[in-house]
Amino acid sequence: MVVPTLLLVGATVFVLMRLVPGDPVLVMLGDTAGEAEIADLRAALGLDRPLPVQFALWLARVARGDLGASITNGQSVLGLILERFQVSTAIVLVAVAAAALIAVPLGLLAAWRQGSAADLAIVAGATVLVSVPSFWLGLLLLLLFGLKLGWLPVVGFVPFSENFAAALSFLILPIVTLIMIEIGVLTRMSRAAAIEVLRLDYVTHARAKGLPESRVLLRHVLPNAFAPTWTLIGLTLGNLLGGIAVLETVFTLPGLGRLLVDGIFARDYPVVQGCLLFIALIYVVVNLIVDLMYPLFDPRVTAE
Amino acid sequence: MRRPIPLNALIGGLLITALVLTAAVALVWTPHDPLAVNLRARLAPPGGAYPLGTDEFGRDVLSRLMAGAATSAIVALATVAFAVIAGGTLGLVAGFLRGWTDRVLMAVNDALLAFPGILLALGFLVVFGANQWGIVVALGLAYAPSVARVVRGTVLSIREREFVEASRVIGNPEHTTLWRHVAPNCIAPVAVLATGMFGWVLLSESALSFLGLGVPPPAPTWGNMLASSRPYMESAVWLGVAPGLCIALSLLGINLLGDWVRDRLDPRMAAHA
Repeated sequence: MVVPTLLLVGATVFVLMRLVPGDPVLVMLGDTAGEAEIADLRAALGLDRPLPVQFALWLARVARGDLGASITNGQSVLGLILERFQVSTAIVLVAVAAAALIAVPLGLLAAWRQGSAADLAIVAGATVLVSVPSFWLGLLLLLLFGLKLGWLPVVGFVPFSENFAAALSFLILPIVTLIMIEIGVLTRMSRAAAIEVLRLDYVTHARAKGLPESRVLLRHVLPNAFAPTWTLIGLTLGNLLGGIAVLETVFTLPGLGRLLVDGIFARDYPVVQGCLLFIALIYVVVNLIVDLMYPLFDPRVTAE
Repeated sequence: MRRPIPLNALIGGLLITALVLTAAVALVWTPHDPLAVNLRARLAPPGGAYPLGTDEFGRDVLSRLMAGAATSAIVALATVAFAVIAGGTLGLVAGFLRGWTDRVLMAVNDALLAFPGILLALGFLVVFGANQWGIVVALGLAYAPSVARVVRGTVLSIREREFVEASRVIGNPEHTTLWRHVAPNCIAPVAVLATGMFGWVLLSESALSFLGLGVPPPAPTWGNMLASSRPYMESAVWLGVAPGLCIALSLLGINLLGDWVRDRLDPRMAAHA
């Protein structure tokens, strides 16, 4: 299933980049280019061939990891992406993992005591958190902890390789922002899933057997209730790599989302194309991994 | 027996009514011209002639927030309408005709669904340009595949039902059967999807405008107001707080209302019904 999906993803990006108004050759060469120069580059890029041939050639190059060079600074697009990818991944992975560790127990607790004051408080809090735009929450935290209290740096970034502690200090606020947003999303999902599971006969049966409530919740309800949340975590990881551009803008971090957005601004089409392909690839692969890990906690699903 | 409307639906309804009313009023009247520059009143704190203060060009923040509500509401409505019409038509045709048409349309659809939504929207923005209508088309096209999936699934189950067969037996042309008897059955699932989409579009539009890829200045949107407030974050706090609060309250309204709609349709989720 993965190979056809990746082919479709590739075809979509290829078509999308061909739909972009304007001639890519003119963009690359600038206004001063001569006729012969334009024809030469067109032939060199294979743009004078039929479209299916172009797609096949393009696909062969992409499959080898050749995403071309940035128009703006001539750097290899793949190199740029891999460099930027680290920052975004660090933020997204840490934030989503931490959010899940907080949200899943909260959701379970709320579902277990559905309708109680604790449930209402958790639901209300989660609903407020999902309604707050991440970039606004980020700005507010930056204002409070960066500008007013002066605890954390406001602008800039230091690579991990240079100064680990300093790099960490730049990542704390974006990670905290993302954790808060994702707690809202994941708590709502795990609560909804747990409510459904709590009503199933086998839970009643487990209780009737006289099992302690903690064992019912942890051994019988949690594994099943976690399944939809697990799927959502996979979708979230992929979505965030594209969507994190706003947070990277707020905190001026050199991440993947920012690379894509800057590429769009600069009409740097090789960079845009590379980012689209790379993020979509990660999205497909992450969701595949999530599917493959399903049997670990839901034995009814067997890996083929 | 009718259950009383719960508190969350009430709050959600009030917030959305406030948004729609503000947007409607802003189309005909705002306290000041949202675009009028007044350099003598730059960065004025809230109070007096400017209840929510002024921005770095001396423009009235309240008027700009109201105009921004109108822009956001119009963009969100247009996007949802576009996605529902485009995705709905695709799903109807694919599900009703089946065969090769279905296979080809759904292959394209699945290719688009393999992308994270916001990424696809960014890709389309490159093609259609970063402006108000570019956003509508880009976000609409990014969401249409989900609508197409849901509609196709519904059509596939509906088209086997007796009343569809009856419509054919009495000699109705196929397009009449499709539009009069099959399509109306897709309204309920699409309505649930559209409610959720409204919130997603509102948030995405603010995020894109915040990035500078949305509605271009000087036209006010909550997203671009937030972006331009950043240099004055410390000296003029109101500039950064007000637009974010507007986005958050609108989203809260949509989420609360959406939860209520889903609870009504799925009684298992209702608290101790």
